[in-house]
Amino acid sequence: MAYMSEGAEGLRSIPQLLQRNVSLYGGRPAWREKEYGIWQSWTWAEGADEIEAFALGLLNLGLAPGDHVAVIGRNRPTLYWAMVAAQMCGAVPVPLYQDAVADEMEYVLSHCGARFIIAADQEQVDKVIEIQDDLHQFEHMIYVDPRGMRKYDHRQLHEYGHIQAQGRAARDELIGELNARRGALGYDDTCVMLYTSGTTGKPKGVVLSNRNIIETARASSEFDHLGPGEEVLAWLPMAWVGDFIFSIGQAFWAGFCVNCPESAETMLTDLREIAPSYYFAPPRVFETQLTSIMIRMEDAGAFKKRMFHHFMRLARRVGPKILDGGQVGALDRARYALGAALVYGPLKNALGFSRVRVGYTAGEAIGPEIFDFYRALGINLKQLYGQTEASVFITQQPDNQVRPDTVGVPSPGVEIRIAENGEVFYRSPGVFVEYYKNAESTADTKDADGWVATGDAGFFEEGTGHLRIIDRAKDVGKMADGALFAPKYVENKLKFFPNILEVVVFGADRDRCAAFINIDLTAVGSWAERNNIAYASYQELAGHPKVLETIRGHVEEVNASVAEDPMLSGCQIHRFLVLHKELDADDGELTRTRKVRRKIIAEKFHDLVTALYDGSDSVYTETEVTYEDGRKGQIKATLTLMDAKAVPVAPPAMAAE
Amino acid sequence: MDGAMRTYRNDEKEGAVSDTGYITADGRQIGGTLMELRNITLKFGGVVAIKDISFDIREGEIRAIIGPNGAGKSSMLNIISGFYTPSEGELWYKGAKRPPMKPYEVARMGIARTFQNIALFEGMSVLDNVMTGRLTHMKAGIASQALWWGRARDEEIANRAVVEKVIDFLEIQAIRKTPVGRLPYGLKKRVELARALAAEPSMLLLDEPMAGMNVEEKEDMSRFILDVNDEFGTTIVLIEHDMGVVMDLSDRVVVMDYGKKIGDGPPDEVRNNQDVIDAYLGVAH
Repeated sequence: MAYMSEGAEGLRSIPQLLQRNVSLYGGRPAWREKEYGIWQSWTWAEGADEIEAFALGLLNLGLAPGDHVAVIGRNRPTLYWAMVAAQMCGAVPVPLYQDAVADEMEYVLSHCGARFIIAADQEQVDKVIEIQDDLHQFEHMIYVDPRGMRKYDHRQLHEYGHIQAQGRAARDELIGELNARRGALGYDDTCVMLYTSGTTGKPKGVVLSNRNIIETARASSEFDHLGPGEEVLAWLPMAWVGDFIFSIGQAFWAGFCVNCPESAETMLTDLREIAPSYYFAPPRVFETQLTSIMIRMEDAGAFKKRMFHHFMRLARRVGPKILDGGQVGALDRARYALGAALVYGPLKNALGFSRVRVGYTAGEAIGPEIFDFYRALGINLKQLYGQTEASVFITQQPDNQVRPDTVGVPSPGVEIRIAENGEVFYRSPGVFVEYYKNAESTADTKDADGWVATGDAGFFEEGTGHLRIIDRAKDVGKMADGALFAPKYVENKLKFFPNILEVVVFGADRDRCAAFINIDLTAVGSWAERNNIAYASYQELAGHPKVLETIRGHVEEVNASVAEDPMLSGCQIHRFLVLHKELDADDGELTRTRKVRRKIIAEKFHDLVTALYDGSDSVYTETEVTYEDGRKGQIKATLTLMDAKAVPVAPPAMAAE
Repeated sequence: MDGAMRTYRNDEKEGAVSDTGYITADGRQIGGTLMELRNITLKFGGVVAIKDISFDIREGEIRAIIGPNGAGKSSMLNIISGFYTPSEGELWYKGAKRPPMKPYEVARMGIARTFQNIALFEGMSVLDNVMTGRLTHMKAGIASQALWWGRARDEEIANRAVVEKVIDFLEIQAIRKTPVGRLPYGLKKRVELARALAAEPSMLLLDEPMAGMNVEEKEDMSRFILDVNDEFGTTIVLIEHDMGVVMDLSDRVVVMDYGKKIGDGPPDEVRNNQDVIDAYLGVAH
């Protein structure tokens, strides 16, 4: 793959794309945000003016090229502008997860040595103030929402609007410098630095260049024919690479409009109002939505319920085929059209998916049932496989080649190689420059030829050329008898049950597998309500004998399905327990992107793991929990250990001596 | 007790907002007297609910009224809001003696309140409920209102803008269109506060804003009360049973027992007042 030495059409940075968009689409909306009950909007020209004013203000405060500017908060146009303004000044934006606790923020802020911090509101400002004594390079903090900030010491603290006003006032003086810096931005200069959530160890700062972002945005926009008419809803964390690619990379490349919700709680309402044409959500969100639809249908009248189930059966049979342009008889097409008028249309409208042309999900495996449900409704939901280090895209599913069990074909410009141990390697224009201040990890991940190890094990499917991912390469292990142990494979199968939210399977170097299970409070709670089962807390519901029986049923069903695969039949779950607390990122059990941290969980709950293997019937445990405000507490519980039937399989054939 | 009382007492000049106020522990400047209650007595037939009580409320302060059940706290609030007319005594507001008034007249003077038992329109949406808080600011005639034309329309747009600011302030955007009847208790309380705030009052009366709430809801509500006071400079008069909350939030506390005032001063002082301790721990009356 030959790299272009310059960006296409001489566009070498995000600020240059901004200038192009102002001249091409100046009067079209580029950002919207719902505030005070109304969608406020800014055109490309208006947004560019806001960005320039803020950039001038940053210059006025002394922002130097190469400085790091941390950005913390929910998705808001002001914060997107702040990132582009920082780039204009030659600085590097570093978005942070807004729900990170102060300690986690401290690590990232001091690792990147941020001189400037842009925080959304009082909550974020308070967190920074709590740790500022340990941040040696920190100089100025700028906040967007002035609420509650009146009494703060304003020596190092500034209001966003004031910085813009100062910038505008000093325009004549500073515009020359700003133009010079903007002009000096090169294709291989850093565009953004994103910290990976890190399933193991401390987060690493992934340095992505303008080349990485712009080449990726160009290729992926062309892949899905994204144009200036798209609408997206920016609601995923700004610190996540996907949001940077969708809401800045592709939005600036294709020139489409980014809509920011009013608050996290109103996201679903805002989704309905905007009805995006291009949409991304992790599987968990689709899962939650489906669960809530099903729960609400349970409460619907008998006629509606029958109509819903009748047409959903039809949709599951023919919907995906119609979407993929397959062969479907005229009668079925007519019935599907009727279903669209009566059920699918209204349902899509209620979900905010009326206009979705391209939808993606990634990050975790999605249950085939869930995936097919949305496809059956006529929503073009596809899967992609990506990483921060790849500027997202490694593989994605082209239209009309969509299946729940693969992650698609290599994205344009991406080369893929499968190592002997099954690990997937890739090389592309989107491959990151380095891990910031961590040459060792960079060398471990990326070799001299630019091949990057994904850490995932997978294989290409014969015939279709689609990639299938089995598990994290390092999680794939061996059981005591030498059988293959792929925990995630089993966990995913279990998580496809609406009652089960999270699963952790143990079994490496053991003779049998055992599991921790988290119930889904919404689904199980609704079931409890319908069956007159009273409960006072999550813990009580999780320990209810009937709940345990239901979960046992699910586990046994999965065991039967796992047993069918001769390679993985050893991974059947013999014993399990339902955890007394939800696994939570605040307690360090999940990453901020909600992936399970196996090692930490195994250490933290070692008493429970021991109990699963020593044959006892119940176990008493005390667990420390961290509340949202950082305080700690204790949960005490006695958990019942459950046995599950496994399907007997022949012992694996021993290798010939 | 006596020494501290003197610090806070008015210099007895008739009515006017004359004195210079004081500075609170957290450094807020409290203004002069906004309201003064002088020798208030309230009788229902033979029952004396309030006996000869005097105290003042200063501009920008958070003033709590506490006391055991039946001490007369809510009656006191009802006198301030104009629902009851005192049998004896005078009420001075913004430097003038207030004649007996109807509650709606009091509301127009910039005094808003919430109720001990939530008094919202259960079938109406949160937005509509909060809009009712703007009633005192609507002047358009019935014809204009009915036709949705001219003054009524302009007024509604302006009022909606104020209401949306309040909704944003209290972070209830997600339930804007939800009927109040479907909301949990803690949120209803917040909606009631929103309605009171929509009136843009200079004095806000809160009757047990945290009764029946869990710890988290109480923390949220406390935060909002402080923010309202801080952001808009609203004077807040508060009745509350949770002593921790009262002591943390308020600048000065009036303690009542059996219709009499038994203490008045900053929280620390009141906490150590023997009469107050007796009233709460119980002694023979």
